[in-house]
Amino acid sequence: MSFGGRLSVVLGLFVIVVGFAVWGVVGFLLPTTPTVDFTSAQPAGSAVDLTVQTVPSIGFGPHPTWVSYLVKDPSGQWQHATIWKVPAHTRINLTILQYDSGSPLRNQQWGKVQGTTGNVEILNGKVVAVYDSNSGNGVGHTFSIPTLGISVPLVGISSSATNTCSVAPCTTTFDHNVIRASFVTPGPGQYPWQCFVPCGLGFLFGNGGPMGTLGYMGGFLDVAS
Amino acid sequence: MSPDEPTTHEADSSAAGPMVTQGNTHGKEPSHLWRMVAIWAVLAVILDPLFYIFVGPHVPPGTMTSTAEENQFDFNVLFLVALPVMLAIWVYMAYSLITWRASRKGVAEPVGGAAAKASLGVQVGWIVTTTVLVLGAFVFGTVELIVNNGSGGGEGPNPVWTPTSATILPVQVIGQQWKFTYRYPTFGGFESSQLIVPVDTTIAFHVTSLDVIHSFWAYQLSIKADANPQQDNVAYTTTKELGSFTVRCSELCGLWHGAMYNYGSVVPKAQFMAWAKSTEVKNAANTKLLPPFAYTYVPDANGADGGYYPDNVDPYSNAEVYGATPGKSK
Amino acid sequence: MTLTAERETEVVYPDPTPPVLGGFQGLPARPGWFSQHLGTAVIGAVLGYLLGHWLGNVVGSGYSNIANSGLNSIAIVGGLTLGTAGWLLGIGALNYPLAKIVGMEPRPDYETTSWTRYFRYTADHKVVGLQYVIGVLAFLFTGGLLAMAIRTELLSPSSHVFGPGTYIAIVSEHGTIMMMMATSVIVGPLGNWLVPLMIGARRTAFPRVEAFSFWIFTAGYLVILSALFYGGFPTGWTGYAPLQTQAAGGMNSYLVGFAVIGLGMIAAGFNLAVTIINYRAPGMTWSRLPIFVWAILATCALLTLATPTLVAAGLFGILDRTAQTAFYVTEHGGSSFLWENLFWFFGHPEVYIMALPGFGIVGEMLPVFTRKPLFAYKVAAAGMIGVALLSFFVWQHHLFQSGINPDMRPLFMLTTELISIPTGFIFLVMMGSLYKAKIRFEVPMLFTLAVFFNFLIGGITGVFLSDVPVNVTVHGGFFVLSHFHYTIMGGLIFAFFGGLYFWLPKMTGKTMNKKLGLIHFWIMFIFFNLTFFPMFFIGLLGQPRRVFEYASNLQALNVFSSVSAFILGASFLVFVANFVWSVFIKPTPSPANPWDSLGLEWQTPTPVPYYNFERIPVILSDPYHYSEENAPAVADLGEGFLVAAGASTATGVAEDPRPPAE
Repeated sequence: MSFGGRLSVVLGLFVIVVGFAVWGVVGFLLPTTPTVDFTSAQPAGSAVDLTVQTVPSIGFGPHPTWVSYLVKDPSGQWQHATIWKVPAHTRINLTILQYDSGSPLRNQQWGKVQGTTGNVEILNGKVVAVYDSNSGNGVGHTFSIPTLGISVPLVGISSSATNTCSVAPCTTTFDHNVIRASFVTPGPGQYPWQCFVPCGLGFLFGNGGPMGTLGYMGGFLDVAS
Repeated sequence: MSPDEPTTHEADSSAAGPMVTQGNTHGKEPSHLWRMVAIWAVLAVILDPLFYIFVGPHVPPGTMTSTAEENQFDFNVLFLVALPVMLAIWVYMAYSLITWRASRKGVAEPVGGAAAKASLGVQVGWIVTTTVLVLGAFVFGTVELIVNNGSGGGEGPNPVWTPTSATILPVQVIGQQWKFTYRYPTFGGFESSQLIVPVDTTIAFHVTSLDVIHSFWAYQLSIKADANPQQDNVAYTTTKELGSFTVRCSELCGLWHGAMYNYGSVVPKAQFMAWAKSTEVKNAANTKLLPPFAYTYVPDANGADGGYYPDNVDPYSNAEVYGATPGKSK
Repeated sequence: MTLTAERETEVVYPDPTPPVLGGFQGLPARPGWFSQHLGTAVIGAVLGYLLGHWLGNVVGSGYSNIANSGLNSIAIVGGLTLGTAGWLLGIGALNYPLAKIVGMEPRPDYETTSWTRYFRYTADHKVVGLQYVIGVLAFLFTGGLLAMAIRTELLSPSSHVFGPGTYIAIVSEHGTIMMMMATSVIVGPLGNWLVPLMIGARRTAFPRVEAFSFWIFTAGYLVILSALFYGGFPTGWTGYAPLQTQAAGGMNSYLVGFAVIGLGMIAAGFNLAVTIINYRAPGMTWSRLPIFVWAILATCALLTLATPTLVAAGLFGILDRTAQTAFYVTEHGGSSFLWENLFWFFGHPEVYIMALPGFGIVGEMLPVFTRKPLFAYKVAAAGMIGVALLSFFVWQHHLFQSGINPDMRPLFMLTTELISIPTGFIFLVMMGSLYKAKIRFEVPMLFTLAVFFNFLIGGITGVFLSDVPVNVTVHGGFFVLSHFHYTIMGGLIFAFFGGLYFWLPKMTGKTMNKKLGLIHFWIMFIFFNLTFFPMFFIGLLGQPRRVFEYASNLQALNVFSSVSAFILGASFLVFVANFVWSVFIKPTPSPANPWDSLGLEWQTPTPVPYYNFERIPVILSDPYHYSEENAPAVADLGEGFLVAAGASTATGVAEDPRPPAE
């Protein structure tokens, strides 16, 4: 093969290899769960209302059987996103609509409400400081920000409930619990949040799958200045 | 001119070329080895004490606890021995690369004579010296390990070298995906996310896990013990100074391994007692719901129908069942 | 044995022309697109994968955990395993054993001299060696790209480029690909290419097994790469259970990948070990064996004996994930310690599999560029054997803080300290070789010297790690990470590149550009040290491994390390440009013996014929007689010739040492 021929073969192979690498990085590695921005929703300084729901199965996407969180964005739409951008040093009023059944906690320590105003949550209108996950409906999920010491147990719906939601986003016509709590965001930074109930069905110890994948049972509280 | 140097094949070949070099032929050969030893000695004598005086006291992990002090000391001793060893090799390499270069570009000049002989004495000397250094390091490390009650490393459920202090404060470290929590058995077994320990106290950390393998690394306390499921890994230390310390998980345990850290404090004894007693009272409602304190726990694998094994009503191990009421199936 | 008597026993290859036949009996030999080559391997792999995946779905249907999790590990494992089988069937690696199994007489292998033989299953060890060069470089660059991704993420402690799950998948993939590559990086390309030539043999003992080891190596690359497409695996290359059991789909790629690569390692090791023991030419006594061959022999002992543990451990892991056994799950009667111990029982000999060939290469190059015999040759060989033997007795030093029996800790501290004695012998060899030498600073020699510089730092920090009290601070963080990068990358990869620059003129007959080689070396050496030396401090200051967030006061060190790493990565592009330009695009023929080496492999013509030597040579001496002007050739290559036509010796025309014929 001539010099020109060899050169073009090598360049062609190089382009293919680089293209493959770029496709791999951009297509598979970089994409992450989208961010929902709450910083401009309210005038600066006033509290931010954050409404989320936890569902027993998301019903769509690559893992339809997985449990997941969804968030209501400032325009009122439910988004399948777990990175929430909120302003710093601001009160967050958290409302969680819990559509999933519960069970005893792996560590009952997470049945105690921690880090919220008054260290309590409001469960269907009742003030709760400690929830016994071995009794009642058990705990379905928790909303916990370990580095900020915040943890809110989300009590489950009855396991014998008939009107359960199976495809997100769920509407309040389905059986659910409403949990409210509030806390104040610290300075800027990205704070991971997670669930402490091993709710990854079918994975050993329940901590695989949705528990171990960003966008389902874990995300970031992106506190912006 | 270089003398005829008989080679092993000299007998057969005609006119052996007198081109086998053996160093400087003009006058006495400078003693390269003594020069190298001198350079090395000067560097070692200067750098070792410099390290000991200026760097040594600041070497991690610091002096907050007995184990931190001891591990800092061990590191310094090893470094003080390692530095001259490294200097020796580097000085030798630098000297030889500068001094013994091929003079004629592009031509390979054979080196024969005394320079090509492999002295048996050098080889034996090397082997003996390295063996002595290495065995010395072993003895030193073992003595330090024994004398320091395990040096802050996890010794498993049956530690061999234990402190003789009269009162040891047990603190249980529970690793779970993805946070460490701490239980204080001598204060009613309350569980807390905060790690607060008193100063001037011998502490026994009992590290265990509820799911996968984590590792409890209290950096300034110089404690590192893997958290294994259904195993109690014990590590000892004695606190000496007040201050705050960092705890990081140092065994990859899943998605949030990088976020699995918290801070702790070493506080005066009175402050610790006050905190422990008040937290015991504050958490009493939840402590009642926690399983009784045990050194290992077998969580209900089916905690949320989340495992794929059948309900763990009769656990395989004798340990306490952590999450489910014993005997009650889900 | 007298020289004459030795020559009486030489074996002459019956017919130097390789036969041209191929395929299964009954099918005509069809060279070209319809014979077996890389394309048919790909087709076989795809078909096998689809079949295995479908079978796995059939087997796994109806299990609630599979339905709930959405993850069918049985299908993935089945797909990857049958895909590998299809790949091997497609390339023709299994033709011979399958024909024998069904009782047919297999046809002799098809050999061709066209360039297409590099894309085929071939019994020529030299072709396999060059195939391995490309294979190993593919692994290296994929792993290197992932390393660049890791350093990009670590530029900031708080703002993140990748999601945390993706980040640990990248970290795990980087580690696993690099470890898989490093196992074969020298044994594969240089071991296969050089060993038969160095010992005067026409072929390795099991040429088909050798070619099989290459093609299963490439299958392993595809399997481990598939992990990224399954979402990665979260355990790091160490694969600790029970996180391994809990993980999502990519974990299966890890387990199957190690099993696949493991089979290749066992095959390659077994083949070369038997070759070295049995195929040495007459006169090649153990004391005349080149030091590189000693290193390969020691490495092959480890490859053959340690790797089965990994394959078994991987099998248990696959069973835990698919058949719901509980080998590694403590809560159900198994033990998480079982994986740790099985893995590290393999894992420690594994790192010596990586270190020893590097020692062999530098041992081979030192005499050439210092023009003296190798200093303390016997000590060096004994050291390699000592390292190989002791490497089985040190594995628990990876587990000091894990809660192992505390009495074990001083014991393994002792064995680990002891293994540094034979490891240190190579430094004695280096120092003695440089003494009063005439050092030529060619590119391979620069890499050799860099190996010693880097391995010194790596080795000494190993002594720190082996001390249990200090281990408390330095285990699991960036200190140990820097230690093993210094030993594996600083030692092995530098030696690999030195060996490539040294032997590529022989392997390809083309000269590599010296200026580009120097640029590559200096950038790589300087920025390698600038990348990894700060990591010792990062580790001492408390940053654990495999974390996407770290203390903000460590950012400056991390940024410094990352920027240096980017430049280090760029230096590899210089090498690739040099390699591709010099070998493919604008080749310059290389002189027959550019480094004036006395090695037997340089006494063959270039290109080396299929059968290596016209007549099996009779070895006359060891190849390190660099002190002698007009040193005779190390072997008698045939009647009337002391060198094969077209070759030259180190010191001009060699003289015939035999007495004049009657």
